[in-house]
Amino acid sequence: MKMYFSLFRMKLIAGMQYRAAAWAGIATQFFWGFMVIMIYEAFYRSSSAGNLPMDFDQVCRYVWLQQAFLYLFNLWNRDNELLEMITSGTVSYELCRPLELFPFWYARLLGQRLAGTVLRCVPVLMIASLLPGAYRMTLPPSVPHALLFLAALTVAMLLATAINMFVYILTFKLMNAGGAALIVSAFSEFLSGSLIAIPFMPKTLQYVLYVLPFRYTADFPFRFYSGNIPMTEGLWSLAAAVGWLAVLCLLGAVLMKRALRTAVLQGG
Amino acid sequence: MSGISKTFRVVQRGQGLRGAAGALFHREYREIRALRNVSFDVPDGALVGMIGPNGAGKSTCVKVMAGILVPSSGTCEIMGYVPWRDRARYVGHLGVVFGQRTQLWWDVPVRDSFELLRDIYRVPEDRHRRKRERYTDLLDLGDLLDRPLRQLSLGQRMRCELAASLLHEPKILFLDEPTIGLDAVSKQAVRTFIREINRDDGVTVILTTHDTADLEALADRILLLGHGQLLYDGTLEGLRARYDTDRTLTVRFTGNAGDVTPPGCTLISSGEGMLVYRIASDTVPLAIAQLAGALSLTDVRVEEKPVDEVIATLYRDLRIQ
Amino acid sequence: MNAFRLLRKYISMLFQSAMEYRASFWLTAAGHFIVTFTSCISVLLMFERFGQLEGWTMWEVLLCTGAVQTAFTLAECFGRGFDTFRQLVRTGGLDTLLLRPRNIFLQIFGWRMDFTRIGRFLQGCFVMVLAVSHLPSLWFPAKLGVLALMVLSGAAIFTGVFILGATLCFWTVEGLEVVNILTYGGQEISKYPFDIYKKPYLVFFTGIIPYACSFYWPLLWLTGRSGSAWCILAPVLGLLFLIPACCIFKLGVRHYTSTGS
Repeated sequence: MKMYFSLFRMKLIAGMQYRAAAWAGIATQFFWGFMVIMIYEAFYRSSSAGNLPMDFDQVCRYVWLQQAFLYLFNLWNRDNELLEMITSGTVSYELCRPLELFPFWYARLLGQRLAGTVLRCVPVLMIASLLPGAYRMTLPPSVPHALLFLAALTVAMLLATAINMFVYILTFKLMNAGGAALIVSAFSEFLSGSLIAIPFMPKTLQYVLYVLPFRYTADFPFRFYSGNIPMTEGLWSLAAAVGWLAVLCLLGAVLMKRALRTAVLQGG
Repeated sequence: MSGISKTFRVVQRGQGLRGAAGALFHREYREIRALRNVSFDVPDGALVGMIGPNGAGKSTCVKVMAGILVPSSGTCEIMGYVPWRDRARYVGHLGVVFGQRTQLWWDVPVRDSFELLRDIYRVPEDRHRRKRERYTDLLDLGDLLDRPLRQLSLGQRMRCELAASLLHEPKILFLDEPTIGLDAVSKQAVRTFIREINRDDGVTVILTTHDTADLEALADRILLLGHGQLLYDGTLEGLRARYDTDRTLTVRFTGNAGDVTPPGCTLISSGEGMLVYRIASDTVPLAIAQLAGALSLTDVRVEEKPVDEVIATLYRDLRIQ
Repeated sequence: MNAFRLLRKYISMLFQSAMEYRASFWLTAAGHFIVTFTSCISVLLMFERFGQLEGWTMWEVLLCTGAVQTAFTLAECFGRGFDTFRQLVRTGGLDTLLLRPRNIFLQIFGWRMDFTRIGRFLQGCFVMVLAVSHLPSLWFPAKLGVLALMVLSGAAIFTGVFILGATLCFWTVEGLEVVNILTYGGQEISKYPFDIYKKPYLVFFTGIIPYACSFYWPLLWLTGRSGSAWCILAPVLGLLFLIPACCIFKLGVRHYTSTGS
């Protein structure tokens, strides 16, 4: 455990070394956030229909949360060192360590996510909460809301990492770093509601996405925070997310073991 | 080239989390003087070896001479050009091999890389073919040319690199650690080749190396750099004469030894019928004469320290490591 | 050997290299296809929900989206050397290029290209064709010519931004993420017509980083919203952007040779 913590600390230090990088990151987040909000705003302006699934201020909160926690939840994260290790075969050295590979890599990826987020989310949320009118980031409606959101946030982070692990498992199978990662991330990005929020999608597609695990890494926590999902539904969703987390971790660990076995048989 | 100096400014970072957080707000700079007033002159067709510990300024020096680094002060003239000012016209006369990186393409047959270099340097086809055939001969590249670089061993790769850097008939060849990581046979091949193109084609060669065997085999002249300063400029023998005067004298004899220690000698060890002394090089004849008088000698051996050790002692004594 | 022929030689060698890993190549190309595909689907779904966007119809916007994606893809494929320039500096490869008596831009273009972007390219072209087939007012050679001009000019400007981003590598290794605002962000923001954004954005992306010159202004002419000749000239004027970009890069090279590192 201590090793994972020091890994996290290393990443954090590396992140802070670069002040320009930190500022650049925040600028990027705001550019992106404003752009998305403006696109939604234009669509809202031109829509005559009143029955839209989210209020505009809810959309804004959704977007700011998405920007603030980009590094915590993104499904396109790729650790090039690991990918390289797999495709070049040096992964066999990792196998010599007295560790299970799945939890070790899981912790490593989780640490990277946390370290990347710590430096970003606070300034983004702070600045966003100073914006005027509907653009403003506000506090959740009540204390129970806040607590449930924190729980959802934690599960979302764990779940995103678990989904992300499949990129590496797939890389083992296909022995190709870029392509596998790209395909997995492009699909899961769309399915999680990161490109457009799920309520804006057609009803049939929504039903499909509600069954899949991806929405718990973006759609669910963000929409719950912005008040678009009621409390009881939130509790059920959280339970479902925990269930998915357990399933995916188990499945990932098993598949990883099997992939490793074939990799070792092939001689790495 | 004379009076070259180069100063870099580097950011100084604190340590640990606190230091990193500090760096978010203010930073300190430190100046590094990579070269201090270095001057030397290399005649046409020479073969010069540059040595010095890591960070001594060797590569900075090479970069300045190659025209890709502008010095802070000083002047340099090579073939009538000021390298960094006339870079575009000057670099066509250069060949450069960096031992750790490649100018060839990883995934295409070496022959195609050669053709690309031909086009880059605008070498006419017939001259290119002539040169290629010559180097294929000298370096024994025959069946390597049609294989992609990634399938070649390190030694084969280096041979291809050398050929590639010479295809446009440069007047000057810079070699940065050309034998690093190679096996004994490849090293030998590389050295022989460098000798040949230096002698037969009159290419001026400047090489940096950590392998002292390279220096013994190749360099007519040695430049020793340390802390950005030129500490020695001359032959390897001269270097030895100046910095390594100790010899090891081993004598074997029959009969009884008694206590014989000629003046200027220190007894290091003794054994059954054998004595080993450390001795200054200029008193060797005298000592041998005395020992011959006192003992019935069967064998006398005078040894110099290996060059590696001389250089290591030198680095330590000059405090440049 | 002139520059053009050398460039062709570079391209053929890069292609040969890419084809050494055929399976990997197609897998990555498929990945790129899916990335732009989901992005286009998102635009489509938004129109499905909202009907229209400030008077723009879905096919008009998709035409713009397709043109932007195609242009960006061309720039990413051929300007890859500048996009990943940092590696060239870090590995010392730049030194090797500087040691050759050839134009540095040519050599950086030839250093690396990414042909797997063919996936995105085809996708972008497909969307454009689909959009044009739904917009009968575009079925004239002049209008299709302007559309092609939009793509080429856009590709040139994206390349210019890659060059500017590469220039930053000479001074800093950090904060390069900010370049993504102008490249990926530029692509994303130009997908929609600029008049849906706040005014300063249109001004910035017309006068400073002229994406709007490549896409928005000619789009006004294509869709019959403006008859001004300036709208057709805009993509050409946008190309002027390349001049300062290249000059600044040259300055960067000069800085590099005076500091090394």
